Amino acid sequence: MQAFNLDLCELPPSAAALREEVRAFLGETLAEFAVAGRARSWVGFDGDFSAKLGARGWLGMTWPEPYGRERSALERYVVIEELLAAGAPVAAHWIGERQSGPLILRFGTDDQQKRLLPGIVAGKSFFCIGMSEPNSGSDLASIRTRGVRADGGWVINGQKVWTTYAHKSHYMIALVRTGEAGDNRHAGLSQFIVDLSTTGVTVRPIRNMIGDEEFNEVIFEDVFIPDDMLVGEEGNGWQQVIAELAFERSGPDRFLSSFGLIVEMVRRAGEMPREKQSDRTDIAIGRLVAHLITLRQMSLAVAAQLDAGVQPVVEATVVKDLGVAFEQSIPEIAHELFGVSPRLDGGDDFEKALAYVQQANVSFSLRGGTTEILRGVIARGLGLR
Amino acid sequence: MSDISTLLAETCTRLFTDLVTADSLRAAEAGEWPGDLWPALEENGLTRPLVPEAQGGVGLTWQDTFPILFAAGYHAAPVPLAETIVAGWQLAEAGMAVPDGAITLADDQTSLDLAGSDSAWHVSGRLEQVPWAGSADHILAIAKNDDQRKLVLLERDRISVESDTNIGRDPRGAISVSDASPAAVADLPNGFMPAPMLLFAALARSAQMAGAIAGVLDLCVEYAGDREQFGRPLAKFQAIQHQLAILATEAAAAQTAAQYACRAVDVTPRASLAIQEIATAKIRTGEAAGKAAAIGHQVHGAIGFTEEYRLHYLTRRLWSWRSEFGAELLWAAHLGAVITAGGADELWPHITSLPKE
Repeated sequence: MQAFNLDLCELPPSAAALREEVRAFLGETLAEFAVAGRARSWVGFDGDFSAKLGARGWLGMTWPEPYGRERSALERYVVIEELLAAGAPVAAHWIGERQSGPLILRFGTDDQQKRLLPGIVAGKSFFCIGMSEPNSGSDLASIRTRGVRADGGWVINGQKVWTTYAHKSHYMIALVRTGEAGDNRHAGLSQFIVDLSTTGVTVRPIRNMIGDEEFNEVIFEDVFIPDDMLVGEEGNGWQQVIAELAFERSGPDRFLSSFGLIVEMVRRAGEMPREKQSDRTDIAIGRLVAHLITLRQMSLAVAAQLDAGVQPVVEATVVKDLGVAFEQSIPEIAHELFGVSPRLDGGDDFEKALAYVQQANVSFSLRGGTTEILRGVIARGLGLR
Repeated sequence: MSDISTLLAETCTRLFTDLVTADSLRAAEAGEWPGDLWPALEENGLTRPLVPEAQGGVGLTWQDTFPILFAAGYHAAPVPLAETIVAGWQLAEAGMAVPDGAITLADDQTSLDLAGSDSAWHVSGRLEQVPWAGSADHILAIAKNDDQRKLVLLERDRISVESDTNIGRDPRGAISVSDASPAAVADLPNGFMPAPMLLFAALARSAQMAGAIAGVLDLCVEYAGDREQFGRPLAKFQAIQHQLAILATEAAAAQTAAQYACRAVDVTPRASLAIQEIATAKIRTGEAAGKAAAIGHQVHGAIGFTEEYRLHYLTRRLWSWRSEFGAELLWAAHLGAVITAGGADELWPHITSLPKE
């Protein structure tokens, strides 16, 4: 029997008080934050907000002393789901706190940890991920950015692309080819911490179809990286990247990206005159909520396993695939129910939220592994490949 | 899962694997009572897991009972096991004795009338589409007595049955009673409008559907590994892999939704408070059932459409179960109305407050 390891998770007793604390903080801090901003969910960038979270001790909270607070992964889950449900602008610290920090904790040197982790925990030092290249998307092992040995370090040449918020980050963790692939194309890759202020680094925002500047191209021209910025072992980059990607699947960000729009849909349904309200609206909202509740339980089940030191790769991928499909279904349902034309400037909160989500929606199944890649991972878990 | 629950689930799987075969399913669907399976389930305590030990049951929680219902669905067991489990629990909850044998239930709240008093009660009326009517030894139903609703337990030999079957080819006959004396009568708790049978049978169906969807997935994985076309197994085609990946996500969602509602029934102060979690389970497993059946058949090709191959024992039941004890439509209308009435700003606090312990 194909049994999924998705035993229900019970949140620790401390979760309830922590949740109230986060809600009170958000109620105060985001009181003036408009729905259009909330609709951007975890793409919203606000360094001051990140610093406030850092001051509250809510960044890197699961990390060991002296950097973190050794809280459980489930407590962190509560903080994150509250931030996302409120549509808080978390993008500034998002990558560093979720991926780069844990990577440095696991593979980095003591010196790297001492130098870099305090800034992440404070919400003042921002990271981006240098994986994709112009000719390497889903096929990551084919990257061509090269690092060549030099006196006291490495010289890097090449180009990264789709690098989210590189133009507002301090550091990139870049995957670079430092040796020949040979028979194993996953060999010869290494990860470096690149200070983006280094000479020879050019960051150019690429305007997306919404008109926003979030992702970038990053060009390296003879960029010198000192030896002490190599992460982990030379040539071990592929294994490290796989471990890093595991930090990002199955979190609540995988089904809450459109949550702000759902809230506005419920508001709109409730504001309709009673005689115009119909079973149709109730049924659509009931279905959405049933999906949401189920996804949250699945995501929590995976979080509980991560907390227990288990890496449920297939289950985590299942949650992401299902979560993304859910998020992407929302504008279509909003259209079916209300038939409203999304508007950019005028309109009410619902129309503004719809305008953003309708457009941003298509990127949800691309970022962090396309749906096609995820389904391949699940198929492997089923023993099909 | 507790030890006893693990043990019962293993027993269940062993019995179903041995006794629910293509031959026995064919015989059962032709109307033959599975005379070896049912006694084996009874002897092992599998028919009354939720009934307290003092009343002759095993005294398990819903969470611990989930694997039994899941296994019954996984094997498409052609017996009123889910009905007997739920009815036995309802009887025990209402302080009524739990009779031996198979018990079925009906969720109709308006079609039976109860006359008389504690010294002599009489039930009259007609109930449509009662699961296993005619096969079960007792039927637990609701009858109106003035403006009160009461639980009534009817014996099989006091009713007349017009046979009918659902597309799972399980019995779903209509029963008629005329001035029949019920075996027992009890009050229904006030302030609880949906029939308890509707609520808890919906939960049992959700768990069965989760199991049957897992069964479809396993058949598909096995078949895609065996069947070769263009010189390689179907499993090696990306188009097939992606369909089965989608099926796997639906199986996982169904399993989680049903288990979550089982836990909610266990932890809420009154079981009936778990209505939104049960609604969630029935909606989500019902949707998953439709998708799983469609993918299962597409992956199997023509062989899955034959009488001989066993996929249809699962898919025909999935299509039936998703509409029984409230289709997604009914539960989504209920859940959506609660959410809309609560208001947009309460949506998230509400979701995180479930289940209300």
